[in-house]
Amino acid sequence: MLLQQLINGLTVGCVYAVIALGYTMVYGILEFINFAHGEIYMLGAYFGIIFLALFTSSGLAASNFPLAFALTVLLTILFCSAYGFTIEKIAYRPLRKAPRLSPLISAIGISIFLQNYVMITQGATDKVFPQKFGDASFNFLGASATSLQLIIIFASGLMMLGLHLFIRKTRTGKAMRATAQDMTMASLVGINVDRIISVTFIIGAGLAAAAGVMVAAYYGLVNYSIGYVAGIKAFTAAVLGGIGNIPGAMLGGVVLGLIESLGSAYVSAEYKDVYAFIILLIILLIKPSGLLGTSVEEKV
Amino acid sequence: MLRLSEIHTSYGHIKALKGIDIEVMKGEIVCLIGSNGAGKSTALMTISGVLKPDCGKIEFNGQQIEGMDPHEIVGLGLSQVPEGRRIFPRLSVLENLEMGAFMNNSGLKEKIKHIFSLFPVLHERSNQPSGTLSGGEQQMLAIGRSLMANPKMLLLDEPSLGLAPIMVSKIFKTIKELNIEGCTILLVEQNARAALRLAHRAYVLESGIVKLHGTGEELLHNEGVRKAYLGE
Repeated sequence: MLLQQLINGLTVGCVYAVIALGYTMVYGILEFINFAHGEIYMLGAYFGIIFLALFTSSGLAASNFPLAFALTVLLTILFCSAYGFTIEKIAYRPLRKAPRLSPLISAIGISIFLQNYVMITQGATDKVFPQKFGDASFNFLGASATSLQLIIIFASGLMMLGLHLFIRKTRTGKAMRATAQDMTMASLVGINVDRIISVTFIIGAGLAAAAGVMVAAYYGLVNYSIGYVAGIKAFTAAVLGGIGNIPGAMLGGVVLGLIESLGSAYVSAEYKDVYAFIILLIILLIKPSGLLGTSVEEKV
Repeated sequence: MLRLSEIHTSYGHIKALKGIDIEVMKGEIVCLIGSNGAGKSTALMTISGVLKPDCGKIEFNGQQIEGMDPHEIVGLGLSQVPEGRRIFPRLSVLENLEMGAFMNNSGLKEKIKHIFSLFPVLHERSNQPSGTLSGGEQQMLAIGRSLMANPKMLLLDEPSLGLAPIMVSKIFKTIKELNIEGCTILLVEQNARAALRLAHRAYVLESGIVKLHGTGEELLHNEGVRKAYLGE
């Protein structure tokens, strides 16, 4: 029972973590909460349904489902990254030098726009994500994990590892860290800060998109409003780990998923969505910098 | 090599530069002195493209650069070491140097080797987060990082600020050596005496205008400069 809850919690937690990365990366550089980020996740779920439907009608999903699903995820990431890039360019970049509240309001506007845009074009009712992963599950120690759960955990882990390596080892990744630490100085060493910010939004949106497809496949139902709750929870995960801190967002997501799952199993399932907000309150009261939110002491 | 003509820069409604003309010839060390708030750092930030001038022209190597983005100006060979050093504290020493070469990544290893030979202490600390370095070491890193871009000209903003006297003379010695190696330098300094001794020419900035200019020697003996900036 406990192990089962841990598996379920880890699955959801990995998804929160992947979405939380987008919040925390953008916050790290622009010190701004991109409240439209949850909507990218929602768009990801819808694009997932659309592309999978295309592959189903073309016959690929029937002959080779894993390939069709992988292509669906890739195309979804591509499309949502384009959304992320465009949103930054038209809704946030013009407000770069404006008071801090302005981009925040712009983000809320984008969020409302995207929800309504999807509601109008896709309808207000739930859409069904075709369940083709089957019931194959793997048993160990009395608990079972479905193949989809394992895929989600594995793919999330891979994405987080990939991001970690990208940020640590590549030139662009290092430039992202430099930009987060001192944007003006980054431009003075020759870093094209606008390009780095675009890359940040593209990566963040791509991760949220992947999370969107995976969750859509996991829960099976998609609605234009799912971005809101997922967004708030991923935001909580980012704050829990220390906003702006990338390993923190990963840890925060997993911890949040586990707490939700254990809380639902052992306390009450009715309060499932409340745990996240209780945690947010506790963290803000006790350790506002988050679990990993301590920085190297800086000499002036 | 660098010419500012009639540059006006403001922060909102506050005019920080009210029409300054500054010229730096190839191979020179030119010094900018003035009290706090005179507009020295504003001038450097305007040259680097971080601040946009309201009007006026900036020419670098015959090319108009006002209105260009900072990274484009770095690409032309004009780098700045800003006030307060501003190293990236959570990047290692090595990563800071790599970022310095962001525009021009060729020969990275040789360039890093060259910086380490200029400042051996950076070599010892190459994998340390640079926020843990002492002030003097951070200044060396900041200068080293700017040299990674192979600049033709360097803008230095208060490189001696807050450093121990022995560090100050080391930094000034380094500036002189860089100049001899062919790097043109525009230096902003509070330490006016040392700066004027080092500089070929100097400008005195007061409330956003150029009050005086002349050779370093002339200004060292100027009555007004001696009273206001040399504490005599």
